[in-house]
Amino acid sequence: MQRYIVKRLLTTLPLLVGITLLTFLIMQITPGNPMQTMIDPRISTADLARAQENMGLNDPMIVQYFRWLGEIVSGNLGYTIKTGQSVAQMILDRLPATLLLTVTAFVFSFVVGVPLGVYSATRKYTKRDYGLTVFSFIGISVPSFFFGVALIYLFAVKLNWFPTSGLATINLQGSGWDILVDKAKHLVLPALVMALPNLAVIMRFTRSSMIEVLTNDYIRTAKAKGLSERAVKYRHALRNAIIPVITLFGLSIPTLFGGAYITETIFNWPGMGSLGIQSITSREYPVIMGLNLFTSLLVLFGNLIADILYAVADPKIRLSK
Amino acid sequence: MGWTTTPEGAAPKSSRSGGEGSMVFQAWRRYKKNKLAVFGLGFMVLLVLISILAPLLAPHDPFSSIKNEAGTLDIMAKPSQEYLLGTDSLGRDVLSRLMYAGRVSLSVGLVSVTISTVLGVLLGALAGYYGKWTDSVIMRVVDVVYCFPVMFLIITVSALLKPSMFNVMIIIGLVSWVGTARLVRGEILRVRELEYVQASKALGVRSFTIIVRHILPNIMAPILVQATLMTADAILTEAALSFLGVGVQQPTPSWGNMLNEAMSIMVLRFKYWIWLYPGLAILLTVLSINFIGDGLRDALDPKLKGRK
Repeated sequence: MQRYIVKRLLTTLPLLVGITLLTFLIMQITPGNPMQTMIDPRISTADLARAQENMGLNDPMIVQYFRWLGEIVSGNLGYTIKTGQSVAQMILDRLPATLLLTVTAFVFSFVVGVPLGVYSATRKYTKRDYGLTVFSFIGISVPSFFFGVALIYLFAVKLNWFPTSGLATINLQGSGWDILVDKAKHLVLPALVMALPNLAVIMRFTRSSMIEVLTNDYIRTAKAKGLSERAVKYRHALRNAIIPVITLFGLSIPTLFGGAYITETIFNWPGMGSLGIQSITSREYPVIMGLNLFTSLLVLFGNLIADILYAVADPKIRLSK
Repeated sequence: MGWTTTPEGAAPKSSRSGGEGSMVFQAWRRYKKNKLAVFGLGFMVLLVLISILAPLLAPHDPFSSIKNEAGTLDIMAKPSQEYLLGTDSLGRDVLSRLMYAGRVSLSVGLVSVTISTVLGVLLGALAGYYGKWTDSVIMRVVDVVYCFPVMFLIITVSALLKPSMFNVMIIIGLVSWVGTARLVRGEILRVRELEYVQASKALGVRSFTIIVRHILPNIMAPILVQATLMTADAILTEAALSFLGVGVQQPTPSWGNMLNEAMSIMVLRFKYWIWLYPGLAILLTVLSINFIGDGLRDALDPKLKGRK
């Protein structure tokens, strides 16, 4: 187990280099120099010209890359062009809102997707299975912005059950409980929009995994020795069927964070996604690149955890490597 | 068609003789059983026809506002006999714009998937066939691209370039080859050790010829399925980019930029026809393509059934 984790950590290193290198290269084609954006913009232009030479902006690219990497490691993602704010601080300010949204969507899609997949698999080729199949196809086919807009129209505008946008009602007076309920109400629609495609994929994946497991000999043995249908399905089959589903833990992270861009924009959710869109409109390249780097590192980290979880769950992997 | 050419020494052909047993016919027979796939195919045929014939079918000019007899603009007109699906906030006919937008979606889908499939097959084949450091380098690049949420990457690049339909096609194509590359590499690893490939090698056939003439035709089925599913993704991505304003630009209609009008709460609340129809158009198109992909998977290779 330890050997597996060490090995997995070692394969992460070249990826780290790759991610930072790709970000660095994209920054080279953005207007303005990557080092320039790291200088506090309140410095005068004369000093800047001298600083440019002192900072070695004429050095070879590879030297510049490592110096830039040093800044990243020390937590400096640069400053915004217009207001001179720290990009790292801006991202950290927006992080909690995005995490709240993505984690809710993530949990919801697994908690609902897996049971639906099992249900579908155990009723293979019935009308209900067919219905769920069509539902999962719609789930992966519906554009999130259309689904979001339709939900707002139906549940916020027409039925008035949920608020149309934002993180919470501004200046809400009331007890702590009221504030919590208010937050939850704001969370429902955007989380649903983010969860749907993920939920559909998890459901399909669980279904096919479960169907495959149910054809195994040990399932027949379990049935033959007189175990109840329930025990066979949930104690014997599901345990093995769920293992491949764990790989979706890692795979769904980039999809969810990518979806945050659109969902947060529609719902005016003050997270990293809407920060990204605002930065694109206002051409704040340091922020865009900072977000890119930050999210890809999150994804890398998430994949690492998912792989370790996978090894914990599956002895074949844990012991073979 | 490509996947029907069975190279010498490959899996034995169907023992039945005559047209009845031909692979295309058999595939079609399996495809027909999937009702959803047949629906998808029907819808796509209809959509392609409408898109090609858009200049003939569109009742109004999709690019400019329409002046009525009184000389004013019919802005946000309700669906009526004159405007079957109403008009948008600039007084342009929604139905005509929907038809022209179909052209945008289909061309973006086709062009970007062609780019990504060619790239993916090429790099995947190189990695799978040559192995060693070629494989390591290509697959590490694939892993890196996988770490960036594709949407982030595409939005970033399209923000750097001037947004246009052409750029959208190129960007989506250049970013989304990684899945195909992984698939092709895996398939080649599987086929590479088969006897007919080993035999070709022993006969001294050039590697390029082995890959193109002998290996690729045998792994055409999964590539075709992958390309179909990627088309659905590409159309969704284009719509999202245009919705966010970094894709296809006005006045060129795209289902995504038509839906952007729903960001105005007034349009959302009172003018449903402006945003509902483009949304349904995207949904139905992407759904149909996904149905087709699923049908193809079962029809081309029954062994693939149930494999994700």
